[in-house]
Amino acid sequence: MPSYELIVAAALVGALTFYLLFGGADFGAGIWTLFAMGRQGQPQRALIDQAIGPIWEANHVWLIIAVVILFTAFPPAFSVISIRLHIPLTVMLIGIVLRGTAFAIRTHDIASRPDGFTGAPPIWHRIFAWSSLITPTMLGIVLGAIASGRASGPTDTIRQTFVEPWLGRFPIAVGVLATALVAYLAAVYLIMESSDPELRRLFRRRAVMSGIFVIVLAAIALFLTHDGAPEIYRGLVGTALGRATMVATALMHLAALWALMTARDLLARFLAGGGAVAILWGWALSQYPYLVEPSVTIYDAAPHSTLDILLASLVLGSILLLPFLYYLYNLFKGDVLSHRHG
Amino acid sequence: MMSDLLASRSQMAMSLGFHIVFAALGIAMPALMAMAEWRWLKTGNEDYLELAKRWSKGTAILFAVGAVSGTVLSFELGLLWPSFMERAGPVIGPLFGLEGFAFFTEAIFLGIYLYGWSRIPPRAHFLAGLIVAASGTASAMFVVTVNAWMNAPTGFDIIDGRVTNVRPLVPFLHPFAFHETLHMLLAAFAATGFLVAGIHAFLLLRYPSNRLHKPALIMALIVGGVPAILQPVSGDLIARAVADHQPAKLAAMEALFVTEAGADFVLFGLPDVARQTVDYAVVIPRGLSLLLHGHPHAVVPGLDRIPRLDWPPVAVTHIAFQVMVACGIIMAGVTIWASWRWWNNQLGEDRWLLRMLVATAPLGFIAIEAGWVVTEVGRQPWIIQGLLRTSQAVTPMPGLWIPMVTFSALYLLLAGVVVWAIWRHIAATMVLAPDQEVRREAT
Repeated sequence: MPSYELIVAAALVGALTFYLLFGGADFGAGIWTLFAMGRQGQPQRALIDQAIGPIWEANHVWLIIAVVILFTAFPPAFSVISIRLHIPLTVMLIGIVLRGTAFAIRTHDIASRPDGFTGAPPIWHRIFAWSSLITPTMLGIVLGAIASGRASGPTDTIRQTFVEPWLGRFPIAVGVLATALVAYLAAVYLIMESSDPELRRLFRRRAVMSGIFVIVLAAIALFLTHDGAPEIYRGLVGTALGRATMVATALMHLAALWALMTARDLLARFLAGGGAVAILWGWALSQYPYLVEPSVTIYDAAPHSTLDILLASLVLGSILLLPFLYYLYNLFKGDVLSHRHG
Repeated sequence: MMSDLLASRSQMAMSLGFHIVFAALGIAMPALMAMAEWRWLKTGNEDYLELAKRWSKGTAILFAVGAVSGTVLSFELGLLWPSFMERAGPVIGPLFGLEGFAFFTEAIFLGIYLYGWSRIPPRAHFLAGLIVAASGTASAMFVVTVNAWMNAPTGFDIIDGRVTNVRPLVPFLHPFAFHETLHMLLAAFAATGFLVAGIHAFLLLRYPSNRLHKPALIMALIVGGVPAILQPVSGDLIARAVADHQPAKLAAMEALFVTEAGADFVLFGLPDVARQTVDYAVVIPRGLSLLLHGHPHAVVPGLDRIPRLDWPPVAVTHIAFQVMVACGIIMAGVTIWASWRWWNNQLGEDRWLLRMLVATAPLGFIAIEAGWVVTEVGRQPWIIQGLLRTSQAVTPMPGLWIPMVTFSALYLLLAGVVVWAIWRHIAATMVLAPDQEVRREAT
C-alpha cells in the first residue's frame, strides 16, 4: 500500500497531466493564432474558436485543482515555490487573465460570427495569441526551476532569492519545450476538428514540424539536465527505470510522427498525447520523492487528517465530475471523433 | 515608495474587489437566464427565449473574466501571503478543494449552456443553466466559509506556536459561515438583479414600445428585489455574530470608542481616531444595544477594550459599513416602491420609478465592495483573527509595488473593456426591435 503522501502526489501529477493534455492544447491553439491574423486567417481562427470555445473553461480548472492539492497537502512546497518563483508565476497569471479575456471578447462580441469574423478590434487576436504563448512558457520555466534545484539556492541577495531560481538555461529550455509541446498537441488535435481538407493538410504539416521541434527541444533539455538539473539527470540517465522511460518517450514520439505522416489522425492524437504525458511523467518519476529539488519532499506534507479529507473529496469530486466531463466532450467532440476524415 | 505590506494588501484588495463583481454576476445571471428560459418553456412565448439568449451572450464574457481573475486569486494566496497559506492550507485547503470541484461543474455546464442551444433538448438546456447557478452558489459558499474561518479560526490547536491536531471538517460547520454565506448570496442576487433591472429600465425609458424590456425588468426585480428585502434580516444576524466573535471589528464598524451600557447606533459621520469622536453623525440613542442584544441597556464593548495595536482602521471600516447599509436601505426602499407599482399594474409606466431604477443600478455592487471592505479591513491587523498578523504573513519578495501597479493597470483596462463589450450588447438591442431581429434570424 503506497503512503498517503504518495497517493496525493500522484493526484497532483494527474491534475497536471490533464491540464497539459486539455488546457495545454487550448493554449497551443491560441499560439497557432499567431499565424492566422488578418482576413486569410479567418477560417483558421474559426476552427480554433469552435474547437476550444465550449471546453476551455472546464479544461482550465485542472490548474486550479493542481494548485489546491499543492497548497492543501504540501504547504511547505507551495510556500517555497510562491516565494522564489514569484516573478514567472506573476507573468503566467497575467498571461492567463489576458488569454481568457481576449478569447471571450473576440468570440462573444455581439458582432462576432462563427466563421471567425469578430466585431471586436483585431488587437484581441494578437493579445489572445501572445498570451497563449507566454503562459505555457512561464509554467514550463516554473516546472524547470522546481526540477533544477535552483529554487533551493542561496538567499543572500535579492537576485539570488527571486531571479536566479528561474533565470537559467535549464528552466528556460523547459519553458520553450512546454510551449512547443502544447502547440504540437493543439496542431495534432486540430487536424481532426476540421472538415476542410485544406485546413487538415495545413495543421498536419504544422503538427509534423512542431513534433520534430519538440523532439529536438526535449533532447536539448535532457542534455542540459547534466549541469542544470543534476537530480533529474541522475533519475533519467542513472537508473534503469529512467532509461526505460526515455526510450518509451522517444518511441512514442516517433510513432506519433509516423502516424501523422501516414494520416492516421486519431492514432496520432493518442500517440502525441501519450508522448506528452511520457515527458511529464518522466520528469515526475525522476524527481521523486522531491517536490522542490533538493529540499522539500512529498513527505513534508499536511497532517493525515487533512490528507484524508482531501483524498476523499478528490475521489468524490472525480466520481461526480467524470460523467459530466464525458458528457461535455461527447456533446461537442463526439461527431469529430466518430466519423473519420479522408 | 509604498511599503511591501501595503502594496501586497492593495494588490489583494484590488484582485478580490475585481473578482467579486464577476463572481456575483456569475452566481445570479444563470438564475436570471434560467428564469427566462423556464418562462419560455412554460408559455411558449419566444420573447423569453430571446431574452435568455441575449443575457447569455453578455454573460459569457463576464464568466471568462471571473474564471481567470479567480485563478489569479488562488495563486496570490501564496504569492502574497505564503506564511498564511503554510499554516492555513491544511485546515482550509479541503474547502478550496470542494470549491475547485464546484467551479469545475460550473465551467462544464457553462460550456454546455453557452454552446449547446441547438445541440440538446430545451429541457436539458434549462437544466444546464440551473446547474451553473447551483454550482456558482456552492462555490461562493465554500469561499465565504474560508473567509468566515479567517474571522474566527476553528479546527486546530496551537501547541508551542505550531498548528496541530488539525480537524479539517470543523471549518465546514463554522458558526460564522451560515450568516456570511447567506449575506453574500443575497448580496450577489440583489446586486445582479438591480444592475439588470437598471439597464432594462433605461431601455424601457427610451423604447417604451419594445416588448422585451418589461418582462425583463420584472424578472430582474424579482431576482434582485426579494433578496434586497431579506438582506436587512441577514445583516442583523451577521452583526450579532460579529459582536460575539470579533468585538474589535464591530466597534470599528460602529466607531464605538468607549464601552457603553446602552450604546448608541451611529449613522454616517467621520470618525476621528485621535480625538476618539465621530463628527457629523446621526445618533439613534441606545440603538446599538437594542439591535445587538434586544435590550436598551446591554453592554457593548468598545475599542477601549482592545489593545491599541490590535485596532482595525476605524474610519475606513466605519465609512464602508455606512455605505453598505445606506445602499441596502435604498435598495429595499426601491423594491417596495416597485412592488407597489407592480401591484397597481403600472410598473412600466412610472417614469420616476424607472429613473430611480437606473440611478440605483450600481448600488448593489457598491454595497458588495463596501461589505467586503468591512469584513477584510475590519479584521486587520489580523489575517487570521487573533492568530497571525497580516504583517507576518506577507511575502519577503521586495518591490511588491511593481506587481501591484501592473495588476491595477491590467484590471482597470479589463474593467473598461468589459464595460465596452457589454455596452455593445446593449446598444445592439437598442438598434433592433425584437420583431425585426426574430424575422431576420428566421430568414
